[in-house]
Amino acid sequence: MSGTWTYIAQRTSAMIMAPLVILHLGVIVYAVRSGLTAEAILGRTQGSLFWGLAYGLFVLAAAVHAATGVRVVISEVTRWRGRSLNLAVSAFGLVLLLLGGRAVAAVVL
Amino acid sequence: MSTMSALNVSIWRGAADGRFETFEVPHSTNQTVLDVVTYIQRLLDSTLSYRFACRVGMCGSCAMTVNGRPRWTCRTHVTKVAPDLRLEIAPLRNLPVIKDLTVDMSDFFIKWQRAKGRFAPTKTRSDPVEKIIPDSRARQAADAGIECINCAVCYAACDVVTWNPDYLGPAALNRAWTLQNDARDGDQRQRLRAVAGDAGCHACHTHQSCQEHCPKNLNPTASIAGLKAAAFRAALTGKL
Repeated sequence: MSGTWTYIAQRTSAMIMAPLVILHLGVIVYAVRSGLTAEAILGRTQGSLFWGLAYGLFVLAAAVHAATGVRVVISEVTRWRGRSLNLAVSAFGLVLLLLGGRAVAAVVL
Repeated sequence: MSTMSALNVSIWRGAADGRFETFEVPHSTNQTVLDVVTYIQRLLDSTLSYRFACRVGMCGSCAMTVNGRPRWTCRTHVTKVAPDLRLEIAPLRNLPVIKDLTVDMSDFFIKWQRAKGRFAPTKTRSDPVEKIIPDSRARQAADAGIECINCAVCYAACDVVTWNPDYLGPAALNRAWTLQNDARDGDQRQRLRAVAGDAGCHACHTHQSCQEHCPKNLNPTASIAGLKAAAFRAALTGKL
């Protein structure tokens, strides 16, 4: 049962990330080709609800996806399973969420 | 049956800590890998242990690793797998070796039971026979996987079984999927619970080695994908 929910979390986070990765790559290409300065980029992102939600969702999906994926990799490569592994990958996901959230806050707020 | 030349055959001897032993076997037309093993056991070394029964691809007992790939040996022609007339025959992967080419199949069949791969009847003999519509979606899904002969070739080919010894494996999950699509079965909710989880269908990486190696050309990966989707739906609707 818990395996089913982590599976659902991993697959839905992947589905959420797929269009957001494309959006992010598009932003990079646009910013580089247009020669935007950091100031110009921040001018567009600061106070923007759209960019805040887009990158906030990206960070959340990435944290969930990475944590659930690492849980599977560790359980297959090592003999580490069970509650302690779940706690460790949850902590890993939380760290990613905090670091990513901090980065999003830095460009949006 | 005409003899053409000699085969160079390396065969695994002993248990897990064994070694390969080489034999020279006459090559003949239409010769199967099982013919080769039988020749060695009957004429060269009677202590060689291996398993077979039907010799016609029905019983699923003669599977071995032939030149690195799991195969049913009774239906594998030497000329098809060893054009250079060199054969390396080993026991199946992912199962404990008992001796030579025989493996302990206990885990394979225990997992079959753990996946509730047993038909759970809903009628008695006094009830009318269930009407099955042959071209219904569920029946076609069941029919697609029902010809499994329990040879464990897919189990030996599966890397996830190697990485996660608790993983139920392609054969047991394929069996579960056929029963999930059987209108006469009455244990589908419990079975879905049994196969949903880290050791069940969600562990599959969709490598498709099972499909690639299945001698019956079944597609356990597709069956497992069906179970994943069914478990997904059941979890979201609170039925898991």
